Amino acid sequence: MDLLQDIALNVQSGYTEKTRKAVEQAVAEGIPANDILHKGLIAGMNVVAERFKTGQMFLPEVLAVAGAMKAGMTIVRPLLEMTNHESLGKIVIGTVRGDMHDIGKNLVAIMLQGAGFDVVDLGTDVRADKFIEAVEREHPDIIGMSALLTTTMVHMKGVIEALEKKNLREKVKVIIGGAPISRNYAQEIRADGYARDAATAVDLVRTLLNSTRATAAV
Amino acid sequence: MRNRFTTAALDSGALLFGTAKFPLTRRGVTIGGGSVIPEINFTLPPMDVEQGSMEEVKKIYLEMIDSVCRRAVELHQREIIVEFELLPEMTLNPVWGEEITALLQRSLEEFLDRDGLQSLLRITPVDIRETSKPPRRREGREVDTLFDAFRRCARAGGDMLSIESTGGKEVTDPSIIAGDLRGIIFGAAILGSADMEYLWEQICSIGKETGSIPAGDTACGIGNTAMILADQGYVPKVFATVVRAVTAVRSLVAYEVGAVGPGKDCGYENAILKAITGFPMSLEGKSAACAHFSAIGNIAGAYADLWSNESVQQVKLLSGMAPVVSMEQLIYDCRLFNAAVNKGSAGDLRDLLVDSDALLDPQAFILRPDVVRSLAKAIVAEREDYGRGVRVAWEAVRLMKDAASHGELLISDREGSWLERMELELNGLPATSMQFVSEETERWSDAFDCTQYLVETHA
Ligand code: B12
Repeated sequence: MDLLQDIALNVQSGYTEKTRKAVEQAVAEGIPANDILHKGLIAGMNVVAERFKTGQMFLPEVLAVAGAMKAGMTIVRPLLEMTNHESLGKIVIGTVRGDMHDIGKNLVAIMLQGAGFDVVDLGTDVRADKFIEAVEREHPDIIGMSALLTTTMVHMKGVIEALEKKNLREKVKVIIGGAPISRNYAQEIRADGYARDAATAVDLVRTLLNSTRATAAV
Repeated sequence: MRNRFTTAALDSGALLFGTAKFPLTRRGVTIGGGSVIPEINFTLPPMDVEQGSMEEVKKIYLEMIDSVCRRAVELHQREIIVEFELLPEMTLNPVWGEEITALLQRSLEEFLDRDGLQSLLRITPVDIRETSKPPRRREGREVDTLFDAFRRCARAGGDMLSIESTGGKEVTDPSIIAGDLRGIIFGAAILGSADMEYLWEQICSIGKETGSIPAGDTACGIGNTAMILADQGYVPKVFATVVRAVTAVRSLVAYEVGAVGPGKDCGYENAILKAITGFPMSLEGKSAACAHFSAIGNIAGAYADLWSNESVQQVKLLSGMAPVVSMEQLIYDCRLFNAAVNKGSAGDLRDLLVDSDALLDPQAFILRPDVVRSLAKAIVAEREDYGRGVRVAWEAVRLMKDAASHGELLISDREGSWLERMELELNGLPATSMQFVSEETERWSDAFDCTQYLVETHA
């Protein structure tokens, strides 16, 4: 069987050891690291993400699979770095100032990582200046903000204004989410996107990154 | 001093809405003395809470209290309970919490004088100990501020003291996401209970000092997080069900150190706690759908001495403002409860509430009175928190399996395999609390600071 397909299947089944072995073999056979990542590991993870989205798997089962993905990534990552591989995209995420609700934000982070994105999690109660610092330090493609309280969602606007003031707004896309948030609110504060749950957050990130890269290519 | 319950106060026949073994009376209002009273809660619309917006904040609270009380009077409601759930800023700046409490209590007194509307005010500060990272649970500025908020709000007119405390959350959060029952037992039954003992001893002494009632807590941060995640399909419902059962162990501790009820609305473990303690409880169900979805909209009502909307923000609906809508819904629910009591049909109504939900979801199933009673017995049969946690988890799994095999509970195959998984996990647990605590303390050493809990890890 095709070795890359084999890797994908092992990831899907959550077989950590088998994934590691298959990735090692692929590296030994000279398959490019980029192919191992995209056609093997991420292809496998995509199947899992789809099963999760359609209600065929629970999150703890997805997390077990993420362990297999991680085992493969540990081998592939140094090789990718050597070949100047371009990351799929980097997202800085956090729950806004005054808000300690973090489960939703954590789930979004987990699903984005699972889909192969680099995620920097700033935690909860994140003030605007911390978001700015992180943007300057990490150069993310996207920042994601979460708020669960009607009295903290207003701080999202403050972060966007701070980005504008620092002339950083054009450099990052901003996405938001949480129970009191709506598409309308996202439009009102001029965020680039809103997603109602973690699975659609992944789709949203993909769409936004595709559009930036497409624009960048023009 | 913690006095552990060793027997359950109520059998399943006596578990009924509106009636508690130990009713509570204050300022002419009796809770659990034969009728169900609405408990209304409301919160701010999207806005910043800061010094500059305080006048606006107070104005909105005044509008909300005034409008819900007015509707209560119009609907001939004679008693209401109001909950003021402080927002984080109002706990971090206790003077704001105090001022709003005073403003609400003043309004309630005006309605009493003018319209004869009797009322009590519950105040619920936020567990701000998590603001420091890692949370400092027993010392430091946040702890002092939290107790200052309790004291000020109590003195300003808070009749009943409550909190949604979050002890053990550092461990339960990741455990819920990972479906890790062992972690749940450690985080909730061990760390949660240890923290409850510390926290509620303080709250009870503030109660003594101020004359306010130390009411009760809720395991919202554990049980409802799991429930909401199950509702969204992230974790199995049978897992969320066992999580709920285990949370009863930690929420019980408040009553073992002096709280007397009514337990806080969003704690569905309150059904089990009512069976054990005989104290009145607040519950919420279908009329709290404005706050979050659930699978227990009717059955939760079977135990309610107070019936709550959890909370709703001040926004306009077609009929009026959302808190007034909630007030009206709760009043009609309570009329039905109380008409059943007056006609001698309370037992029948209770059975209808139970039967209409219990088959369809395991989280509803464990609120069946016979099941509640079994879970309560499982808890009081053990002295130690570890034993209680393990035993009640076993009992919940066993009862679900049994019911599913007799067609009394619908569980999908995918969910069913999780019952097996949890059994395996329970079978693998160490025999003694000491052993369990030292293993888990080691496993979670990166996640939490054990000095904040003072649990014993060695003999
Ligand atoms: C569990 C819970 C808690 C737990 C939190 C545990 C934790 N680790 O997060 C605890 C007990 C600690 C808690 C505390 C409080 N809470 Co609370 N809580 C909830 C509850 C019941 C569920 C939240 C949850 O975890 N949902 C599950 C997750 C998976 O869903 P989610 O967060 O919506 O996230 C999904 C999407 O929104 C989206 N998403 C989320 N973030 C992002 C970000 C991006 C970028 C994107 C794209 C998408 C996205 O994807 C996620 C995954 O699918 C809600 C009810 C509700 N309607 O949400 C109340 C609720 C949010 N809490 C409320 C309140 C009032 C409080 C307290 C103030 C109570 C108090 N007095 O102590 C404190 C405040 C603490 C603080 N400083 O922030 C109110 C808010 C009212 C208001 N004014 O807005 C609510 C609405 C309940 C209510 N109606 O009363 N709470």
